[in-house]
Amino acid sequence: MKHNLLLRVIAKYLFPVIALFAFYVQFHGDFGPGGGFQAGVILSVAFIFYTLVYGLETAEQIIPPYVLRILASTGVLIYAGTGVVTMLMGGNFLDYDLLSLNPIEGQHIGILVIELGGGITVSAIMLMIFFAFAGRARS
Amino acid sequence: MKNITVTVLIDALIDITLLAFLAITAIAIIHMRNLFVIIMLFGIFSLHSAGLFVVMDAADVAFTEAAVGAGISTVLMLATLALTKNHEEKKPPHHARLPLLVVLITGGALVYGTYDIPSFGDPMSPAQQHVKPHYIERSIEETGVANIVTAVLASYRGYDTLGEVTVIFTAGIGVMLLIGGRLLRRKKQEDD
Amino acid sequence: MIDIIFGHYNYWIVIFLMMAGFYTVISRGNLIKKIAGLNIFQTSVFLLYISIGYVSEGTTPIIAEGFTKYSNPLPHVLILTAIVVSVSTIALGLALVVRIKEAYGTIEEDEIHEQDMSL
Repeated sequence: MKHNLLLRVIAKYLFPVIALFAFYVQFHGDFGPGGGFQAGVILSVAFIFYTLVYGLETAEQIIPPYVLRILASTGVLIYAGTGVVTMLMGGNFLDYDLLSLNPIEGQHIGILVIELGGGITVSAIMLMIFFAFAGRARS
Repeated sequence: MKNITVTVLIDALIDITLLAFLAITAIAIIHMRNLFVIIMLFGIFSLHSAGLFVVMDAADVAFTEAAVGAGISTVLMLATLALTKNHEEKKPPHHARLPLLVVLITGGALVYGTYDIPSFGDPMSPAQQHVKPHYIERSIEETGVANIVTAVLASYRGYDTLGEVTVIFTAGIGVMLLIGGRLLRRKKQEDD
Repeated sequence: MIDIIFGHYNYWIVIFLMMAGFYTVISRGNLIKKIAGLNIFQTSVFLLYISIGYVSEGTTPIIAEGFTKYSNPLPHVLILTAIVVSVSTIALGLALVVRIKEAYGTIEEDEIHEQDMSL
């Protein structure tokens, strides 16, 4: 699909829209449907769409495989790290009440952070899996 | 009151239609032998089930299913099809009587089991009595999050979700180990 | 009788889908088709859980003024994560299919068995 001008132009304009929607889903998950898991999947879909149109080499220049590996483990680390932080602050594992003086505020911070961790891991893993399949076809 | 009955009827109608579509798609998947058609039908199947989740008031689940089932699963299956270069399923050599028998017996046992299940949408069923009232009444005071699904996912059952994230991470590592590297063996053979 | 049918048709069709997936897995030899069947089975389990959480005349569990009846959020949470986990496990299965194709040159089960026997 590399030589189809229409697709290339549309992909260029659609990519930011899909990515923006992913961020909306990520941070609006407290009030509407959505959350880290869905946002991660949608963000990876934006990259997959870009890869399908522009080819794997171009996509790997934007987001190299080693960055994906680091991101995937960072997400899990953020998630589990939040639990460890709450334990160090004297509470139970993943007890967000302690993250702030006000328990409700603490819950908000905790939920935002772990949703972010989940979202990063899911999007990085989905992209990693897709790149693995696409890279296999190339070699 | 009359309006509510009309809404319930419309809900039931949409529900039955989508379920019928799902059943038809499933039968078509069993009958088709062209793998490309099977994968496309599978995408349609996922999209219909996402619609069904909306009818059953599970917006978050429908959202995920539409993005994952109809999107990424289908893309991954198409990628596998491109890699295996096998577009037609082989005709089964024998008539599959034994599997049919097994499936009929299992299905019969499960249908027999449904007679004890409270009817669909019953607000008094045991599934609605245990932790649900706590989540519905107290989650907004305890977490300040309007979306109860997010509150349960991230706060009440955060430990569970950590496990799920780890499962996804492990599956990703597994895929990388299986097909992430280059084809070493084939290259070596070419060198020899 | 009408009550039983109206209260349970949902579960019956879900069981039908489950059995359709199960039949595909045990009766067909093509590995990609087996995975499609496995996926159908999984989706039917998701539908079963969501059906159990449904409340008639209820609404989506997002707290808003003017609503008191919500469907059960717990199955939604379980299934939401299960869907994302299912796609990763299916990716793992497909990766195995790719490796089997590279090693045996086929993805039909009986041909793989023949090659194993002739060793």
